Amino acid sequence: MIVKLKVNGEIRSADVSPETTLLKLLREHLNLTGAKLGCDVGDCGTCTVIVDGKSVNSCLMLAGRASGREVTTIEGLASSEQLHPLQETFEELGALQCGFCGPGMIISAKALLDKNPEPTVFEVRDALSGNLCRCTGYTKIIEAVLDAGRIMSTAEAKS
Amino acid sequence: MTDYMHSFDLFEPASVEEAAQLADKYGKDGWIIAGGKDSFDWFKDRHKRPQAVINIAGLKQLHGVKDNGDHVAIGAVTTLTEIEDNKLLQKNFPLLTAAAAKVASPQIRNAGTIGGNVSQDTRCSYYRDGFPCYRAGGNTCYANTPTAMNREHALYDAIRCVAVTPSDTGPALVALEAEMIISRKGKIRTVPAEKFFIGPAVDITRMTVLEKGDILTEIRIPKKWSGAKHYFEKIADRQTWDFALVSIAMVAKITGGKVSDVRVACGGVQCTPRRLTTVEDLMKGENVGAEMERLAKRVAAQGAKALNYNHFKIPLMGNLAARAVRSLT
Ligand SMILES: Cc1cc2nc3c(=O)[nH]c(=O)nc-3n(C[C@H](O)[C@H](O)[C@H](O)COP(=O)(O)OP(=O)(O)OC[C@H]3O[C@@H](n4cnc5c(N)ncnc54)[C@H](O)[C@@H]3O)c2cc1C
Ligand code: FES
Ligand code: FES
Repeated sequence: MIVKLKVNGEIRSADVSPETTLLKLLREHLNLTGAKLGCDVGDCGTCTVIVDGKSVNSCLMLAGRASGREVTTIEGLASSEQLHPLQETFEELGALQCGFCGPGMIISAKALLDKNPEPTVFEVRDALSGNLCRCTGYTKIIEAVLDAGRIMSTAEAKS
Repeated sequence: MTDYMHSFDLFEPASVEEAAQLADKYGKDGWIIAGGKDSFDWFKDRHKRPQAVINIAGLKQLHGVKDNGDHVAIGAVTTLTEIEDNKLLQKNFPLLTAAAAKVASPQIRNAGTIGGNVSQDTRCSYYRDGFPCYRAGGNTCYANTPTAMNREHALYDAIRCVAVTPSDTGPALVALEAEMIISRKGKIRTVPAEKFFIGPAVDITRMTVLEKGDILTEIRIPKKWSGAKHYFEKIADRQTWDFALVSIAMVAKITGGKVSDVRVACGGVQCTPRRLTTVEDLMKGENVGAEMERLAKRVAAQGAKALNYNHFKIPLMGNLAARAVRSLT
């Protein structure tokens, strides 16, 4: 089946078999390997992408379900000149160690900040609750998300 | 784990009627999916390999929340996030929005549906791992042997199978006296939530009355409990994506300091959500307070039969019942 969707602002299409997941479509057909395969069953969140504004586990969604919809992956955040505020604060605070959880973690955080740029710690913890990190202990990740939120809301207030 | 599923034919029906026809045509070789969160877990473990997968998530007819005067109707493919965020439900039935908000993780609630949540299969790890147990058509229960790990399993009605209901919204819907609307080949039937969930005595291979070919189209909640006091709590080993060890859902009406009506149900203690009728009976007509709390705690788990590793669920049920009562003061 042909799946046509918008990925990071670009129309892309691929011919895939019906049982293909969105994660496989992204990684193996569109060469977007940012979203990772961790647990394969919805536990770890490292495959998280945004579909029509909502974070989902791409390992548990059929590629066909994303047809005609807008998908944002970690590759869609930075431009060649500018990192996304989340990427900047994650880097500044050293919020990642091995980095495997990073793409999913940052995408979940983006889904939150796009709706709510000034979240409470509790809201951040809740938004990231479907993302596991085996290295950092989460504290710096949460600080980085709060900092990025502050940067994003100041930028919005200025513009 | 390699992000692999068997090859299947995928159908995207344009109407409930077409979905029902497909479900009927393929019978045991067919499988309905909505969010797919439970289904793909089965497919990826390769224990279930249906030939035809019928995706109903795109059916607009089955989507959304409507105020129909004497009841609120929730389409079966409405996502758990949409339920959590819905103003009408927040206002009328905060018990349900609280329960929906406790399911799994934000990502799963964003795509998982209420229809899938109540229709999902049990999470007994032996059964899910493909052991040929009674539920899978075999002739033994692997979770109820002297060495089995069964701390997550049932305290009640364990007839051959000791699996429990995994659904967080189930107990809330039972407490709220919801009705499930089921379509089969154009015929519609209505089943009370309490009868929708079935135990092993009725059919050991299913968790609900749904048979192949049935489509749950809508869940209706009567306004009877609109505005009632409510309590929901879920105890799990982890705060996220973990299934309830025990959960409690209560709605209660208080008039002049006395409980005029109440319904309480627990998840995680038997194959279906369990009504705590003894707790309800002792509460009705009585003053809320410390004495009611003490009694509720004492009787909540009456009749429970623990397995080797799940004794802790007995005091847990008592404590949850006590906390539910305390929330009324
Ligand atoms: C990591 C993880 C954690 C989870 N944690 C929880 C939790 O804490 N609490 C909880 O309650 N659940 C939990 N779940 C279970 C469940 O997957 C979700 O709750 C979700 O709501 C299921 O909905 P779905 O639409 O994705 O289901 P699907 O997989 O699409 O469907 C599930 C089953 O229901 C049937 N079905 C679905 N819709 C209909 C319909 N309209 N008519 C007839 N049959 C139908 C399907 O055929 C299938 O057998 C978890 C799942 C995962 C993967
Ligand atoms: S790979 Fe999708 S949640 Fe772990
Ligand atoms: S940095 Fe290693 S898993 Fe999060």
